Amino acid sequence: MREKQTLTVDVAIVGGGIIGTAVARELSKYDVSILLVEKEAEVGWGTTKANSGIVHAGFHEEPGTLKAKYCFPGNQMYPKLCEELDVCFRRNGILMVARNQEEWDIVQKYYQRGKDRGVPVELLSKEEALALEPALSSDILGALHAPEGGSVMPFELAAALMENALQNGAQLLTNSPVVAAQVEGERKVIETAEHRIEAKVVINAAGLFADDLAQMFGDDYFTIKPRKGEEYLFDLDTKDMVTRTIFPVPTKVSKGILVIPTAEGNLMMGPTGDNIEEKEDLATTRDGFARILEGAKSLVPGINPRKIIAQFAGVRAASDRGDFIVELSPNVPGLIHLAGMESPGLTAAPAIAVDAVKLVEEAGLKLTPKEDFEPRRKPMVRFRSLSHEERDRLIKENPAYGRIICRCESVTEGEIIDAVQRGARTLDGIKFRARAGAGRCQGGFCQPLVMAIIARELGIPLEEVTKRGLGSEPVMYHAKELLTGGEGQ
Amino acid sequence: MKQLSVDVAVIGGGPAGLAAALSAKAEGAQKVMIIERNHELGGILQQCIHHGFGLHRFKAELTGPEYAQRFINELDDTDIETLLETMVLEITPERKIYAVNSEQGMMEISAKAIVLAMGCRERTRGALQIPGSRPAGVFSAGTAQRFVNIEGYMPGKRAVILGSGDIGLIMARRFTLEGAKVEAVVEVLPYAAGLTRNVVQCLEDFDIPLYLKSTVIHIHGKDRVEAVTIAEVDDAWNPIPGTERVIECDTLLLSVGLVPENELSSHAGVKLDPVTNGAYVNEHLMTTIPGIFACGNVLHVHDLVDNVSKEAERAGKYAGRYAMGTLQKPEKWVKVVAGDNVRYVVPHEISLTEPVEFFLRVQRPQDDVIVDVGGVRTVRERSVRPSEMLNIKLTPEQLQNFTGDTFVIQVKDRKEAEQSA
Repeated sequence: MREKQTLTVDVAIVGGGIIGTAVARELSKYDVSILLVEKEAEVGWGTTKANSGIVHAGFHEEPGTLKAKYCFPGNQMYPKLCEELDVCFRRNGILMVARNQEEWDIVQKYYQRGKDRGVPVELLSKEEALALEPALSSDILGALHAPEGGSVMPFELAAALMENALQNGAQLLTNSPVVAAQVEGERKVIETAEHRIEAKVVINAAGLFADDLAQMFGDDYFTIKPRKGEEYLFDLDTKDMVTRTIFPVPTKVSKGILVIPTAEGNLMMGPTGDNIEEKEDLATTRDGFARILEGAKSLVPGINPRKIIAQFAGVRAASDRGDFIVELSPNVPGLIHLAGMESPGLTAAPAIAVDAVKLVEEAGLKLTPKEDFEPRRKPMVRFRSLSHEERDRLIKENPAYGRIICRCESVTEGEIIDAVQRGARTLDGIKFRARAGAGRCQGGFCQPLVMAIIARELGIPLEEVTKRGLGSEPVMYHAKELLTGGEGQ
Repeated sequence: MKQLSVDVAVIGGGPAGLAAALSAKAEGAQKVMIIERNHELGGILQQCIHHGFGLHRFKAELTGPEYAQRFINELDDTDIETLLETMVLEITPERKIYAVNSEQGMMEISAKAIVLAMGCRERTRGALQIPGSRPAGVFSAGTAQRFVNIEGYMPGKRAVILGSGDIGLIMARRFTLEGAKVEAVVEVLPYAAGLTRNVVQCLEDFDIPLYLKSTVIHIHGKDRVEAVTIAEVDDAWNPIPGTERVIECDTLLLSVGLVPENELSSHAGVKLDPVTNGAYVNEHLMTTIPGIFACGNVLHVHDLVDNVSKEAERAGKYAGRYAMGTLQKPEKWVKVVAGDNVRYVVPHEISLTEPVEFFLRVQRPQDDVIVDVGGVRTVRERSVRPSEMLNIKLTPEQLQNFTGDTFVIQVKDRKEAEQSA
């Protein structure tokens, strides 16, 4: 057996979801060595990828919780963050709709909660709400409007945060599940199949597996209770149906079934909130679909399920506390837990990252701000949003932007090459970063072309190109291989 | 940005576009241009390496590429211009086309007439909402066909095929011939969706089981497909509890229908028929936007390419006339209506003064019928099925006998019709 390579760093972050990547970027503002360890082929692939993408306004959360503490400040950080990282962010606003008197009373409670926190909120009559969103059900009594609620592409944000952290000196290991962890004197050691990582501080941002990682360190004072949410995505031509994210009043376990205009414009409906046993149960269900459709139609009756182009499920990494866990381990010095990140974890992530830096200092690391921190990543080219003249100029500079690969979303070869250069390694990575394959044909036409570009750019054979990491190769054999003594015998 | 102007611009260089361009040229249009996104002409025919094309048109059993080549050869003898690897991004109601390629960059093409011939796409898993996980190994049948026939790769070695559309049936045979095992073809309808000849030649000849009134209710596997659960369905297509069966496989192919690709058309303001998902057209195959014509699978999904060519020739002819200013507008249009057991009819409007050719499909299989064509003609058919289009021609003489406001085409049981007569 090959000996594991030892890496020594100041801070090791386990988990490249929205929390891990936000912390990596925030820490990269300081003169400290950082290594992020991710089990999947790319960052942002766990809970983050399937997030609804809502940047919550901050009126939902129970007073006194960490969710309440971080949500509104996180929301307020989004415009600058997304501007710096060139990530799509829309402040499209949020409506919480009351369908009867009982719900109207609840809506007023949230209105007051928002007011108390300084969250911009207003109460709308039925007429005012319908004037803003004509597709809303006419059976409503009124609504709470929070204009600073927003929408972001969570995967894009995680990828951008990581990219910017890497620009500023952080390191990244992908395809590296942590298999063991222990304390050795002053150091914390985590092991992957190929590496032994020695760190002064370990940040547990392992999402669904945060309790498993804690246990490897002998720390078992919290558990993760996986809760699944299914989402159904509509064709881009539903774009103008609804502008604001539409909420019902919350249920006991979740914010309910929503109608969500994504940052890219597609409408989405979901999520369910079902407690499950298995942390990686990402199956969508017939029953989940039925419940979501019923819920979404009660808000926006005109929703047409024939326009659905994709569905997926994600699993929330809720903790047994029912709140975020943002703290130094009481048992293991130098171990920081950032766990239990259910909604509004995405919104809170930038604010949590700021506090994580403070926790790193509390753990004993001295942090000096870097003078040469670069907050911006290289700007993205989004061919579909350019004018005809801008497109023409771009193609003259680089002809790869004149070759459309994904016809549904007008994604060019240039954008796909760029995505690979920024770290995409898989078909899903290309889909989430560049949108090739995210449209109505779901890659039916462009998949072979995108695979060929990935293979060429990475210098690997086509059959080694994966959908989302080892074991998910779309094509398994050469033609005729099964006939000539290959695998098919 | 480069500016061009043409008489007839044909969008798409597949079978419809090729026939339309040739026909527009033959009609006398001067400058005819085909805009094709692929690096070669022929469209989807280039990946259809099986035979069976051209029986009607050429009285020969050709492969897809051979069928396309006959048109490409013809095209080579004309001055029709082709722009390859060029994507149309936008069409305006004023018939300006914005297209892009890597050599010329963005182009603005002004056309006197436009023929829409963009074809169709396959319905996806997402559109069907098949429950389960999302592993690699789920393909639309056409994508798998491209991998095998063009790219030279086999997606897997053990497949289940959902849907008995023609591409799925063809791929069942292709996979088998390539050494893979096709465990089952599963069809939600009580009859096969594809052509009878394909059921016989692609399934029965290879002992591949076809499960009717059944569907895939769950996809299993984390990274790669590991199995699917199939179940029988009731008349409302709900799975019947107790009939579930797990079939191990590494690949699931979907052949569950085709959707005309009309995003460009919609953007230009072309009105679409919710049944065909294609444009509303009159007997000139002109859409609701003057000077924009449509033909082939972008207008309605066809059964045979021979019928695509035939329809496209008419579209090209009228587009050519429109460009030259010689297309006569009739005094009035009469609406064509799909009656009993008719799912749709194309064209949607006729003039009654010119010969007209209808393509229609039935709702459900029916034996021993007569097709009543607006009360001016009846056609007897031994059997009609949704998978096979009916093609009915009327002469101006026959049309003269028409009375009424709407021209209804309906399918009637022959015996009942004769008794009531």
